[in-house]
Amino acid sequence: MSPPRRERRKADPALSDPERLYVITGAPDGERAALDLVTMVVAQAEPSPMVQPEQAAILRLCKAPLSVAEISAYLSLPFSVVTSLLTELLATELVESRAPVVRASLPDRSLLEAVMHGLQKL
Amino acid sequence: MDFRSSDTITGPRSEDVLPSTATAAVKVVVVGGFGVGKTTMVGSVSEIRPLTTEETMTQAGVGVDDNVGVETKTATTVAMDFGRISLSEELILYLFGTPGQERFWFLWNGLFEGALGAVVLIDTRRLQVSFDVIGRLEERGVPFVVAVNTFPDAPHHPVEALRAALDLSDEVPMIDCDARLRTSSRDVLMTLMRYLHRLAVPLA
Ligand SMILES: Nc1nc2c(ncn2[C@@H]2O[C@H](COP(=O)(O)OP(=O)(O)O)[C@@H](O)[C@H]2O)c(=O)[nH]1
Ligand SMILES: [Mg+2]
Repeated sequence: MSPPRRERRKADPALSDPERLYVITGAPDGERAALDLVTMVVAQAEPSPMVQPEQAAILRLCKAPLSVAEISAYLSLPFSVVTSLLTELLATELVESRAPVVRASLPDRSLLEAVMHGLQKL
Repeated sequence: MDFRSSDTITGPRSEDVLPSTATAAVKVVVVGGFGVGKTTMVGSVSEIRPLTTEETMTQAGVGVDDNVGVETKTATTVAMDFGRISLSEELILYLFGTPGQERFWFLWNGLFEGALGAVVLIDTRRLQVSFDVIGRLEERGVPFVVAVNTFPDAPHHPVEALRAALDLSDEVPMIDCDARLRTSSRDVLMTLMRYLHRLAVPLA
């Protein structure tokens, strides 16, 4: 019996526009920091009574680098809630963030080589 | 908001804490229909017990049950399994496994944008469940490889028949895998990276 068949689709420039990177919709313009699921976050200060309990928890979790996805998982809070909490912490410099290395229009071969090297050791 | 007292939050186990040098992260998304082995694959290569992140999505829609065309807003919570692989002291790979209905995955802003690429897991008993997601990756220009998860009672189609059925262009790599095995899942990721590496070479 022959398997069912699919039909190939064309790239839609409107959907693959690199300008769309990190535009988080749903938030009012510019109110939320551009954070990815794998933006790495590191605390720059000890938790203080000045911050919300959720933010104090983030400062405790991020003594060592942690991704936004991991923060969301450990706090059991949705990604968008975590990005709101982080926006304030970033603005007040209580945390630092490092944006992920993304697939650019011309991917960086040395990055891919570093990934392959790491995978080989698994 | 339902928030546990921050004293009761359990963070990573001590062996899962990243070194302070870990500052660069990349991500790969694993997609495919229900039960094809996405969670299994994420778990088999992850150095941490897989975690779950979630997002609440609101979508404006038009009521379909009545003909009035009333605007409705529906909130859906979408959960995502993910795992982590430390590639070096600096570079971390995160692997996301998408559950549930695919139309929601693509509403999650920033999930596919910025990903190095995707792994499409297929089960040859139910090829059609991957058709829509492959099309959506093509539309968004997200590079992907197709991994055929080998279930014992699945029909064996020759790779070329599968390529034709999935209407994949010749350069899209296809690989057999057993998502339960770390080495096999690792080989799938290697296949994706080699493919991305080839795409990075300009064809003069
Ligand atoms: N034989 C076999 N079983 C698998 C394989 N991958 C997953 N499974 C099983 O298939 C079931 C569904 O897998 P799961 O990872 O939960 O699928 P998901 O819905 O895509 O996340 C589980 O019972 C797995 O143990 C595989 O490569 N070979
Ligand atoms: Mg699953």
